[in-house]
Amino acid sequence: MSPRIPAIDPRYYQIAVLSTLVVYGTTTLGFGVRWENALSIVLAALGTQYLGSALLTRAAFDPLSAIITSLSLTLLFRTDVAMLAAFAGFIAIASKFLIRVRGKHVFNPANIAIVSLMFASDRAWISSGQWGSTTISAVLLIGLGLLVLTRAKRAETTIGFLVAFSSLLFARALWLGDPMSIPLHQLQNGALLVFAFFMISDPKTTPDTATGRWLYAALVAVLAYAIQFVLFIPNGPVIALAFAAPLVPLVDLLSKGHHYQWVASTAVTDTPKGVSNA
Amino acid sequence: MRSLIVLSAAVLTLFVAATAQAFCGFYVAKADSELFNEASQVVLVRDGKRTVITMVNDFKGDVSEFAMVVPVPTFIEREQINVGSQAVVDHLDAYTAPRLVEYFDSDPCQRVVYEMASPSARMDVDGAAVRRQKSLGVTVEASYTVGEYDILILSAKESNGLITWLNENEYRIPDGAERVIGSYLKQGMRFFVAKVNLEEQQKSGFSNLRPLQVAFESEKFMLPIRLGTLNARGKQDMYVYTLTRTGRVETTNYRTVRLPSNVELPVHVKGQFGDFYRTMFAKQSELANERGVFLEYAWDMAWCDPCAADPLTADELRSLGVFWLDKPGGKASRRGAAPLAQDVFVTRLHVRYDAEHFPEDLMLQETGDRENFQGRYIVRHAFEGADTCGMAEEYRASLIERQEREAKTLANLTGWDINDIRAQIPGLPIEVDEPWWKAIWN
Repeated sequence: MSPRIPAIDPRYYQIAVLSTLVVYGTTTLGFGVRWENALSIVLAALGTQYLGSALLTRAAFDPLSAIITSLSLTLLFRTDVAMLAAFAGFIAIASKFLIRVRGKHVFNPANIAIVSLMFASDRAWISSGQWGSTTISAVLLIGLGLLVLTRAKRAETTIGFLVAFSSLLFARALWLGDPMSIPLHQLQNGALLVFAFFMISDPKTTPDTATGRWLYAALVAVLAYAIQFVLFIPNGPVIALAFAAPLVPLVDLLSKGHHYQWVASTAVTDTPKGVSNA
Repeated sequence: MRSLIVLSAAVLTLFVAATAQAFCGFYVAKADSELFNEASQVVLVRDGKRTVITMVNDFKGDVSEFAMVVPVPTFIEREQINVGSQAVVDHLDAYTAPRLVEYFDSDPCQRVVYEMASPSARMDVDGAAVRRQKSLGVTVEASYTVGEYDILILSAKESNGLITWLNENEYRIPDGAERVIGSYLKQGMRFFVAKVNLEEQQKSGFSNLRPLQVAFESEKFMLPIRLGTLNARGKQDMYVYTLTRTGRVETTNYRTVRLPSNVELPVHVKGQFGDFYRTMFAKQSELANERGVFLEYAWDMAWCDPCAADPLTADELRSLGVFWLDKPGGKASRRGAAPLAQDVFVTRLHVRYDAEHFPEDLMLQETGDRENFQGRYIVRHAFEGADTCGMAEEYRASLIERQEREAKTLANLTGWDINDIRAQIPGLPIEVDEPWWKAIWN
């Protein structure tokens, strides 16, 4: 199905939404985003993107995806060491160029940077609680996120993940005899929604077919649940995605489809990008 | 009917009239936990999976009627339980409490070149020895005694019959406790019951119940608060002090909010600092939709600036369960001085909670953040002497501006009426907000 609205690269929407969240988080929620970290991330990501495009591909330098990755990292990745922030920007973009299977990069760039640095250093962390659980901001996030999704046309991962993960949370509450206010509180977490709408949804690193994407989303949800409620490690979803990502090439092999292009090549003059991300 | 206290704790603190000199200012007052009624205190020491929890008990009443049910993430043996020192927890409370500092304006007509002291109040080794003596109850009891408590450790199987046991022993169980205990048991949590041994309590010579300590190993870094919300006493205040190695601790399932700090307030706040702090906390809690966990202090234990109380000594920290510090008998101890307390990062969280706004237990995580944070409030006294030069006029004008700014800050933080505040500041004109039209024809 071809879009009726003139095809605009959905990454512009993502940049707008993520920038809004960065501003909202910093001014209202007290995220404590350090400007030197933000700068380090942006410079490292854009620099790596430039070098990668020039040395490893014949594609022209396209900053959009690197900007999105930088915004995601600024929003989620916390450290008080600016070098680690720069390193996060580098790992994110370098993983896109270096870890590829059949012309498709394996890891969501921001995700793999966050998870690898969280495990490698005790000076890196993510503050999932900082989003709070007020319904208003949750609704706001959903609305903004959906906007991005409808343009990106691959909502299965987001919906699949949210449905599977909430089912598990409600099932757990039923099994424990807990009041439903507990799973509801767990679901009203801004960080969870940001993950569902802006990280797992990345069309470049999810399976090529709808069936594959449903399957993949459910797998990430089960893993996330196990990490958080069986192993008691916080930030289950983010970690789960990094571990599930290497399975995408397998899913693609079983269920064949087309690689995602940010902009349909027939619709606009802009050439599709071989290397991008969310 | 006996009453049952569930992981709640009290403030039996004595007021410690500590005054410490600090860099370019004097510490004058602190807002410690005794400001808040029904405030419980919990100290959590954690490194890796190893955890030591100290719970201060707030039971006020006949101790023979008292029992405490303590949920713990693992099965506990007798040797893992200890009775701690109230004095050490009080010291930790005083050290981390939000503080008021005062400054005095200098004569605007005298130019003084200040030589700034090093901006730290790192404690000196000599001072530490004295302070160690001052602090009461630092000596840790033999690890096999459980002080004035009879600890009933119920095996996993018996824990399932916990409710039955409590009923049989005529303890009044809050409504809904059964459900919560059932949930905890399914999550692999265990319980023990602490009762007061009257004979031992008389022998101990303590009129108040001392804090209970438990050491265990668990992946779960959390604080069970659900049982505590069942008492239906409305909102409760809890202070969580964490002692860790890497950095600040925060909640992962609730927002951790920094309280407004480093603000200049009118001088009269000095006389009502407690009142100010209570009101501000209530206002900030409301602003966070009553779901905020507030950060009041995050600091490297080796120093403070300004100090509301001296940093804890290594002995005090060990008594709270900081197991990674060197055992006594090292070089420093042989010289008769406590080693400098280091490698300990303290976080003080203040949470006002009830079942409605905090349905889930507090899940915690240690971050890599070592940035210092403290609740610090400033009052600046105007220069009282005679004005002897032209500079003084300028100073007086800027003073009015500053006092107006301070009044507005206070009104914003507390919600107090701005004109009431202005009335308490001598020399500040009271600007009554008249309707705009009154000034047109008159």
